[in-house]
Amino acid sequence: MRNKKTARQNNLLHFNDTLFQWSLRILGIGVISVLALLIFQLILLSLPTFKAMGWTFFTSHDWDPVKENYGVLSFAYGTVMSSMVALIIACPISIATALFLVEVAPKKIAALIGFLVEMLAAIPSVIYGLWGIFVLAPLLRNTVEPFLAKHLGALPFFQGPPYGIGMLAGGIILAIMITPTITAICKEIFSKIPLQEREAALALGSTRWEMMRIAVLRSSVSGMIGATILGLGRALGETMAVTMVIGNRANISLSLFEPAQTMASVIANEYSEATGDLHLSALAAIGLVLFVISLLTSSLARALVWRIERHPRS
Amino acid sequence: MRATLKLVETLFLLFSYSLAQADETLLINGAGATFPYPLYSKWFHEYTQVDPTVRINYQSIGSGGGIRQLLDKTVDFGASDAPMEDQELKKSTVPILHIPTVLGAVVLAYNLPGVQEALQLTPDVTADIFLGKIKKWNDSRLMQPSKTLRLPELPIMVVQRSDGSGTTGVFTDYLSKVSADWKDKVGNGKSVKWPTGIGGKGNEGVAGIIKQTPGAIGYLELVYAEQNKLPIAAVQNAAKVFVQASPKSITEAANIGTLPSDFRVPITHSPNKEAYPISAFTYLLVYQNMPTLKGEKIVKFLNWAIDERGGQTYAESLLYAKLPTDLIKQVKDKINTITTRAEQKNSSAK
Repeated sequence: MRNKKTARQNNLLHFNDTLFQWSLRILGIGVISVLALLIFQLILLSLPTFKAMGWTFFTSHDWDPVKENYGVLSFAYGTVMSSMVALIIACPISIATALFLVEVAPKKIAALIGFLVEMLAAIPSVIYGLWGIFVLAPLLRNTVEPFLAKHLGALPFFQGPPYGIGMLAGGIILAIMITPTITAICKEIFSKIPLQEREAALALGSTRWEMMRIAVLRSSVSGMIGATILGLGRALGETMAVTMVIGNRANISLSLFEPAQTMASVIANEYSEATGDLHLSALAAIGLVLFVISLLTSSLARALVWRIERHPRS
Repeated sequence: MRATLKLVETLFLLFSYSLAQADETLLINGAGATFPYPLYSKWFHEYTQVDPTVRINYQSIGSGGGIRQLLDKTVDFGASDAPMEDQELKKSTVPILHIPTVLGAVVLAYNLPGVQEALQLTPDVTADIFLGKIKKWNDSRLMQPSKTLRLPELPIMVVQRSDGSGTTGVFTDYLSKVSADWKDKVGNGKSVKWPTGIGGKGNEGVAGIIKQTPGAIGYLELVYAEQNKLPIAAVQNAAKVFVQASPKSITEAANIGTLPSDFRVPITHSPNKEAYPISAFTYLLVYQNMPTLKGEKIVKFLNWAIDERGGQTYAESLLYAKLPTDLIKQVKDKINTITTRAEQKNSSAK
């Protein structure tokens, strides 16, 4: 009698386990199939473009919905370049902020500043965009860009008339938007480093800065790269704020003063009013390219992180 | 706990109330252009007092989206600023009618600090500015029409709509009509390849950039220029008269006698000498043949909307232009050609 009961309980337990296992499995497969379906749909939608344009879709920078010429190159350039500008600005600021919060600032101030930085992530991107048009762009046009042109005008990056609106404005907005992401992760990583390592460095006679460099920064390289890539992921896909300040012109120019356009912003700009079949398909094809670029960058980042984790300090 | 119960109860009551409502009123769904949305939402609200049995639900998702939904038959009517192209009409399995409802205008707004006198633009100067051929404000061609106007030596910054829009469609249609060079190099459409300048997203984006940038000139809908208190250029029309955009001068653009029976005609560069030349209709798009119940209600609504004592009275206070009186009769005749058919079972109508 007792035995039977235990067996039944066991069975029930077993059944619950199986149920749990299967529900996890279905949910897991669900996530992957959404991804697969997305890729499938994108490819299906973009096929007419590849048929009509062939390889020129990837090599042409001409985007002319009236004459039905579609090339993705200038948008790919805009996306990559604006994200790079954002990373160049955001990385040093974020890492320095994280270092300050973990190593230097008193606890109370660190908590306050940390909270404020994270608040940046909660601001809707359209607000960033409006701020970009009404505050950042005039500032760039009247002060920053003339200054850059005067002192660094020899570089190809700072040439041409200062519009305010353009690649530089887009990059700065993106930098502000990805700073909280990078800062938060770096902060986590730095605070995970054992106190003993810091003490060891100090015991060997390092100054505070040397301690941070040897004990904290050097052992966090892979983590910092990971944080940067997460920031990059957000920068690649950000649409609204960038669209409002980047100037939206299919344009490849080294100068950061010039208007440009990103892949996400051209889709957001043109999709709702596109009625031509090829136009719609070309926009889907841009989506596919954006998807592939995002996939490549995150795989690259993964690979980098793995390599560094496997051979630390080699 | 008690609060939760109360909330659930309230929600339930609300839900059942709305269900009861839905039983009595007929829901008509539409989608499309954003430009006439403020007026349409006023109309749909006022119309519930004219006919309490109808409730009209309108989503302003853009003209292109409205046309796509109409072709997919997921809405009862669409709305568009630009008439549908032949190619799009061919995609439809059933005939579609264009009903002009009001008119709007695209204006050229600019930012020139210290310049009080209104700018006067001839068609070829406008085209050359947007082609990037005229680069400075003190170009002699810009100052020519007026003897007293003096312009500063500022670079011209052209501002366009970056998002596909009926506004761009109307403006490029105008430029293609007045400039062979424009037609050849750029052409017309809701999204075009601009030879110069920078793009702002939406009317509000364009207005924002113009307001912030000395030396900027851009095109946008009249309402947005007025709201942002931007100076607006007088544009020379086909009769060589410089005209400022106003509800009256926009209405005059359509006052050009009998129009083609499908109304799918751009009225930019109107020959009327009192007309503002960059004006356009905005349309409601309906099926020629509709299920009886809905069809009758929609016909009744359309007749109200374009009537001088009905919907048209709300136009001018919201800065839209009324249809000319002669045209209203022609449009009403068109509305009355809508036919109805017996409803099939399981149709979407309640």
